[in-house]
Amino acid sequence: MKSGFLYNLLTETADIYRFALRFFKEGFRPRYEFGELIRQCYYIGNKTLGLVGITGFIMGLVITIQSHPSMEAFGAESWLPSVVSVSLVREIVPVITALICAGKIGSGIGAELGSMKVTEQIDAMEVSGTNPFKYLVVTRVFATMLMIPLLVILSDTIGLYGAYLGVNMKQVVSFHLFTNQVFEKLTYADVMPSIIKSFFFGFAIGIIGCFKGYNTTNGTQGVGRAANSAVVAATFVVFLIDLMAAQIADILHIT
Amino acid sequence: MSLENIAPSSPVIHIRGLKKSFGNNAVLRNFDMDLNPGENVVVLGKSGSGKSVLIKCIIGLMQPDEGDLLVFGDNVPTLSHDDLDKMRVKVGFLFQSNALYDSMTVRENLEFPLRRHWIRTGKENVNDLVMEALTNVGLADTVDMMPGELSGGMRKRIALARTLILKPKIILYDEPTTGLDPITAKEISNLMLDIQKKYNTSSIIISHDMNCVRITANRIVMLIDGYCYANGTYDELKRSDDKRIRQFFD
Ligand SMILES: Nc1ncnc2c1ncn2[C@@H]1O[C@H](COP(=O)(O)OP(=O)(O)O)[C@@H](O)[C@H]1O
Ligand SMILES: [Mg+2]
Repeated sequence: MKSGFLYNLLTETADIYRFALRFFKEGFRPRYEFGELIRQCYYIGNKTLGLVGITGFIMGLVITIQSHPSMEAFGAESWLPSVVSVSLVREIVPVITALICAGKIGSGIGAELGSMKVTEQIDAMEVSGTNPFKYLVVTRVFATMLMIPLLVILSDTIGLYGAYLGVNMKQVVSFHLFTNQVFEKLTYADVMPSIIKSFFFGFAIGIIGCFKGYNTTNGTQGVGRAANSAVVAATFVVFLIDLMAAQIADILHIT
Repeated sequence: MSLENIAPSSPVIHIRGLKKSFGNNAVLRNFDMDLNPGENVVVLGKSGSGKSVLIKCIIGLMQPDEGDLLVFGDNVPTLSHDDLDKMRVKVGFLFQSNALYDSMTVRENLEFPLRRHWIRTGKENVNDLVMEALTNVGLADTVDMMPGELSGGMRKRIALARTLILKPKIILYDEPTTGLDPITAKEISNLMLDIQKKYNTSSIIISHDMNCVRITANRIVMLIDGYCYANGTYDELKRSDDKRIRQFFD
């Protein structure tokens, strides 16, 4: 049974790899489905904006409140904003945002494409002269690649407001002083890797959701399975990318 | 080659020695058939006998393993993607599950096949084309509804309208009456006859609904064990005393 699991994992990885190659082959060649791309971007933003914003705010607030006692013990309270903001921007916000999007968007794409597959809608596109891979897959993957970094930037900003509130719960700090303390430590070398990382998160979520949906079999039952396994696989890959990103940043001394 | 420069008597679809298997499952073993201009041919066969596989090969959604499959003189399995798209403008396909895009309105569903041909039709004519196709299936007033709001019979009509919008010369129907009540099934069968006259089409109709077959078939091809087991009109086959043919009529 163990070898069966490993076998399935490897063949699935190979299939996703081929699917991703097809994305690069078809994604950069006309004709481009701009209208559908904009629609998907709007849809993704609209669907996750509220949740991502609230989560970012809560994370900023909570991390600040919880870090406060230990910073106070070292007498380093003035370092609180910079420490919190670096961990928010570098790690917490991108990963939490990606996980939320894996859950909401990954499963949505898996279920939508899955039901289109089993009700022959994808075949119907093919016979009416629209390349369904371009129309459905390429647009969705580009949309997640564009939108997740944007959502991360937004969530970063809201998270910092949360941190500001958290700092002010124990002592009065002006917003001016807070931002000065934050940007003393937070630099482009923290922000850029996190944006680049979220780009890859977006790609992984989009491509896995599309792969699972596009290859759905077994009717309605398969649709549920596609949505579910899209979330599981995307979540796993998000952590994998995060691990690799940390290693690469370390090697390149972006610390 | 287009329909115009073929002699009127030569078939629009010509299939010889078609083979298709999935692993060990040989579905089509040596299938032959012709579709003549203006004709409605019913392909009759049990569930799972490979009827859908046959018409998916014709439209190029599946690649056969072997055999000749000529549509308007072009061998479909060898066509490039662009030529396949050109062929598909002339050949409409009605899916068994209708395959209506359920995130789009009826109008958007009907406009979808025209995307490819925007330039040729011009945007201002699109509305006329949509309304013409809807009127011809008797559902002009559903244009702004969502497919989910329609009954099974209405969805089938909308799917047919979407197929008709490019004015195809051939229509492939995959079990057009399966899952409909007998009265609606009869209406759809009669609609198919209307369409044959109005649009001057030839059709391959896949079915095992004998009422539909009786109404629509000019000729019947029996697909049994992956080859053409019998070929004749409804009355000819009905009189046959072959057991495997009889079982469809009893
Ligand atoms: N994509 C596929 N992969 C594997 N087997 C298939 C596929 N499509 C159809 N088959 C098999 O081909 C046979 C005929 O299917 P089909 O043409 O759908 O039957 P029907 O005559 O009811 O339309 C079935 O045994 C089915 O399992
Ligand atoms: Mg079938």
